[in-house]
Amino acid sequence: MDFMTSFLAAAVVAGTPLLFATLGEIITERAGNLNLGVEGMMLMGAVIGFKIGLITGNPILALLAAMFAGSMGALIFAVLTISLRANQVVSGLALTIFGTGFSAFIGKDLVGQVTPNAIKLFFKPLEIPGLANIPILGKALFSQDLFIYLGYLTAIILGIYLYKTRKGLNLIAVGENPGAADAASINITLYKYAHVLLGGALCGLGGVYLSLVYVPAWQENVTAGRGWIAVALVIFAAWNPFKALVGAYLFGGMDIIGFRLQGTSIQISQYFIDMLPYLVTIAVLVVVSMRKSKKNAPPKGLGVPYFREER
Amino acid sequence: MLYKVVKRSEITQGKSFGIRTAAIILALLTSAVFIMILNLNPLEVYASLIKGAFGSNYRIKQTIITAIPLVITSLGIAIAFKMKFWNIGGEGQIMMGAFAASFFALRYPDLPKPILLSLMMIAGMVAGGLWALIPAFFKAQWETNETIITLMMNYIAIKWVTYLQYGPWRDKGALGFPKIPNFSDNAILPNFLGIHIGWIFALILIIVVYIFMKHSKLGYEIAVLGESENTARYAGINVKRTIIIALLISGGLCGLAGMIQASAVSNTLNVEVSGGVGFTAIITTWLASLSAPFILLASILFAALIQGGSFIQTAFGIPAAAAMILEGMILFFVLGSEFFIKYKLTKNGSAKSAAGKGEI
Amino acid sequence: MTYISMVNITKTFGKVTANKDINLSVDKGEIHALLGENGAGKSTLMNMLSGIYFPDSGSIFINQTEVKFNSPKDSIQAGIGMIHQHFKLVEVLSAQENIILGQQMGFFLNKKAIRNKILEIAQKFQLDIDLGKKVYEMSVGEKQNLEILKVLYRGAKILILDEPTAVLTPQETAKLFKIMRRMKEEGCAVIFISHKMNEVMEISDKITVLHKGQTVATLEKNMTNPQELTELMVGHPVDLSIKRLDRQRDTITLKVRDLKVENNEGIEVLKGLNFDLYAGEILSIAGIAGSGQKELCEAIAGLYPIKSGQILFKEENLVGKNPKEIIAKGVSMSFIPEDRLGMGLVAAMGIVDNVLLKQYQKEKGFFVDRKPAVLKAKEIIKKLDVQTPGIYHPIRDLSGGNIQKVLLGRELDTNPELLITAYPVRGLDINTCHKIYDLLNEEKQKGVAILYIAEDLDSLIALSDRILVLSNGEITGVVDARKATKEQIGLMMLGEKIKETEGAYAV
Repeated sequence: MDFMTSFLAAAVVAGTPLLFATLGEIITERAGNLNLGVEGMMLMGAVIGFKIGLITGNPILALLAAMFAGSMGALIFAVLTISLRANQVVSGLALTIFGTGFSAFIGKDLVGQVTPNAIKLFFKPLEIPGLANIPILGKALFSQDLFIYLGYLTAIILGIYLYKTRKGLNLIAVGENPGAADAASINITLYKYAHVLLGGALCGLGGVYLSLVYVPAWQENVTAGRGWIAVALVIFAAWNPFKALVGAYLFGGMDIIGFRLQGTSIQISQYFIDMLPYLVTIAVLVVVSMRKSKKNAPPKGLGVPYFREER
Repeated sequence: MLYKVVKRSEITQGKSFGIRTAAIILALLTSAVFIMILNLNPLEVYASLIKGAFGSNYRIKQTIITAIPLVITSLGIAIAFKMKFWNIGGEGQIMMGAFAASFFALRYPDLPKPILLSLMMIAGMVAGGLWALIPAFFKAQWETNETIITLMMNYIAIKWVTYLQYGPWRDKGALGFPKIPNFSDNAILPNFLGIHIGWIFALILIIVVYIFMKHSKLGYEIAVLGESENTARYAGINVKRTIIIALLISGGLCGLAGMIQASAVSNTLNVEVSGGVGFTAIITTWLASLSAPFILLASILFAALIQGGSFIQTAFGIPAAAAMILEGMILFFVLGSEFFIKYKLTKNGSAKSAAGKGEI
Repeated sequence: MTYISMVNITKTFGKVTANKDINLSVDKGEIHALLGENGAGKSTLMNMLSGIYFPDSGSIFINQTEVKFNSPKDSIQAGIGMIHQHFKLVEVLSAQENIILGQQMGFFLNKKAIRNKILEIAQKFQLDIDLGKKVYEMSVGEKQNLEILKVLYRGAKILILDEPTAVLTPQETAKLFKIMRRMKEEGCAVIFISHKMNEVMEISDKITVLHKGQTVATLEKNMTNPQELTELMVGHPVDLSIKRLDRQRDTITLKVRDLKVENNEGIEVLKGLNFDLYAGEILSIAGIAGSGQKELCEAIAGLYPIKSGQILFKEENLVGKNPKEIIAKGVSMSFIPEDRLGMGLVAAMGIVDNVLLKQYQKEKGFFVDRKPAVLKAKEIIKKLDVQTPGIYHPIRDLSGGNIQKVLLGRELDTNPELLITAYPVRGLDINTCHKIYDLLNEEKQKGVAILYIAEDLDSLIALSDRILVLSNGEITGVVDARKATKEQIGLMMLGEKIKETEGAYAV
């Protein structure tokens, strides 16, 4: 593999946790809920998934456990913001604080533990015949592990769900104008809960990819701010699951560029390169906010609790 | 559902205080369940938590020292939050304040103490304020989402200090250990009644911020802007200017907290100088409903939690992260309790109408 | 034959009883008007019929069978369709997508089959609709057609129209009435909520009047008259006429020349306006919602960026000045948005702090002094009879009428020379409306130039000296209110220009 292909392949790997988290937050925000607890839910998924993987050695169980943990974090947020109409920003922050503590607490005994071989083997790169032969991109995209393929699949399924199905249409309505959706006899509470929980489950998957496959060992605070980058990526992707694919891999590339540049002739301090994803996130947000358009606007009901009998 | 939600028209301060207190108690009870799962006696754990925070003169002092940066940072965050500007960049602003103060401490170690300390304080506030100015500028200019930007800037500040610590500012005399040299005595805040004088700053600032928010024109403008930008513009308030000034103050206070931590607590600059204060202060600010006097109360409560938390870590072998869980838990319950301050549940009138009312 | 009947319905919100023992019955093929002032309980009653609220006691019968609605879904299944006053449409979706929203039929969208069914219904009821059009591109009339089609598609046989004509031009109203008559022919039961007497007399078969949450009477249209209905509705005899005072002076307070403004998408929303406003004159602005009224108000107040043109206030150009400077010159603007609180007031603050909003900048120094504001607040409460638990009580808890009184009271208190007031009587009962008309006349007499923007053409014609009609950001004409007719203004609102536009400068 030449430098470009191996770089792209690594970018896809590094972008996968971002992809899951971004998709999770897209689906959450589409339901009108701004959950800033992505980082917390990722960490909850990362630690529980890792622990179950370690105990059972079963990759499927590990993933399911991670999804469950992420959605339990989301459930706290859902109860607070949907049923109790609490401030979404602060509730999300609280979830991040809680999730960080939770993962450090559970992960105390896991520090230094390595992913079991059975799981490593399960997630070893598999070539997809035919597709892998496309020049440059083939090897980068289609010689990856199953988890990454799951990422492609999730993005595509969510895209179809959102734009081509009735439930997706209803979801858009719930996020845009819950009053109208309610009048059309859509069960707002159910839709909000379901999608916030689904969003949490996806964040959990993003987290467990980091601990179980990417690192692959337990280290404290394994997400290192990726959850926040995912929140920004949602804006970058304009709440569109397909665009999330591009955004996530782009930022994945940025994540590894410092590591890749080591040993090349480019001399720049590692600490500055480490700042790159954060700087680019800021730049992206600023640029997006500079050119507002109707197409890229957030769901209108975002951040506003819905209460039918308000008067 | 047997109950329906009714908006409260009025609630007494006592009652709303009672509901918040009940929420904290519920959070402690829920956490007690977790402690029991760990096969420990929650009563014992809580007792040692209190002992760890207030058990001796020394511990009380430590708790107060922990509370000082919390109070000052919370005051800063409260000003931003009042404007509904979600400044979660306290951590970075503390860091940059500490950095700027350290610059003078390391560069001019022999300046007379009052001059050096004043310089450091000003530098800390200016740097913290400028660091907050960046997201404020974007917000004022293009309504850029400040939540994420302030947060990203935390990471950039941390990387910057890491760079200094491992690179240009590294102490060559520390035998390869990556640390920045300690400050000279002149750069260290003096003690008063056994605790560094930061506590006096904190108390004065509570009063100043209280008066600022309640009785100054700018404080009033910030409150109006927080409620409705349209109304603010309508009344002739210069929205951009107000955002910028409010955030300069907000970040400036965080920067001052950074200066105090670097000078009085760590006596140098390092990546741990902020120690999560920027995040904890968000909780304390919210708990205090952005009110300056209540910030003192909330900060002492959380300082006690942090001090007690590290005590039970050694006493029971519970990871320090447990304190973070408890913090999160308290915040969850308080957030949830606000619902019961705004609304009340009443029993549905007749049995007939109570049949299967699918309300929220 | 009775199709739908509501018996002894009672509903309370907290301490407020919105409906008390209300009875209503409607037959098939009948248009039944529900008449009452704001706050009489019309909307609450209808929301119970559409499953949004749940009655505390009482029963609802459809075809003599008792029904219980736990959600809007149950109500829709029972054949009830409600057209809300504020449209329940998702802006970013197309007409067709809005129609099928929330329907349970298969997982994927089968667009073609649905389309044919919708078009069939549209034809039957003679509704014009472009199914692919996004809602945010639609006019108010189109949105209303879409709402009607939406409920018909769901099989509604009982249609509730909540003040459907409030935002329509007279021409659009005529079209709507045609559609309503089609519904009647098809055997639907139509409930028409309104407080416009002439419309009620024109379209309905029977009329039920509500007052303070109770049924006052149900009358055959042919057995009653507007005067009787009004008295039943208000609860006492009223003088419906609005006083018009003669214009006071001949000095021009405000001159607008070639005013052009663009919204943030770069679309020109005011396309070169020219008009004069005299001291002691009420100049009204009529137009379909969104024709540029809001932009005009904001442009004069310094809140909207101006592309080109001049706004001369007593010969001094206001363009380029900031709101603070404009306020200081004696220009007052009060805009009542649909939610009443979006602009001009701070919902979470009390009357004192809201009064302070226009006071504090005149004060010197770093601190605010609330003492004068406290006095002013008490004065406004007394003068305008504002109902509030206290001067520090958050105004969001006050009723709409009281909120509007606070806003207007504060604005008048600043002794402006130019008073811009948009929708000041929005959603108010007749008595409060008249109180506000009196206040405006009082200001007029003092020589204040008043720019008055409202939706209700009847009161507009009765109150003002001249009427300026805006259509799509352009002035289609300025007419003398003494000679104007509703039909003429309606046509101008739709874009038809009258020849003598020199009326812009003089009567």
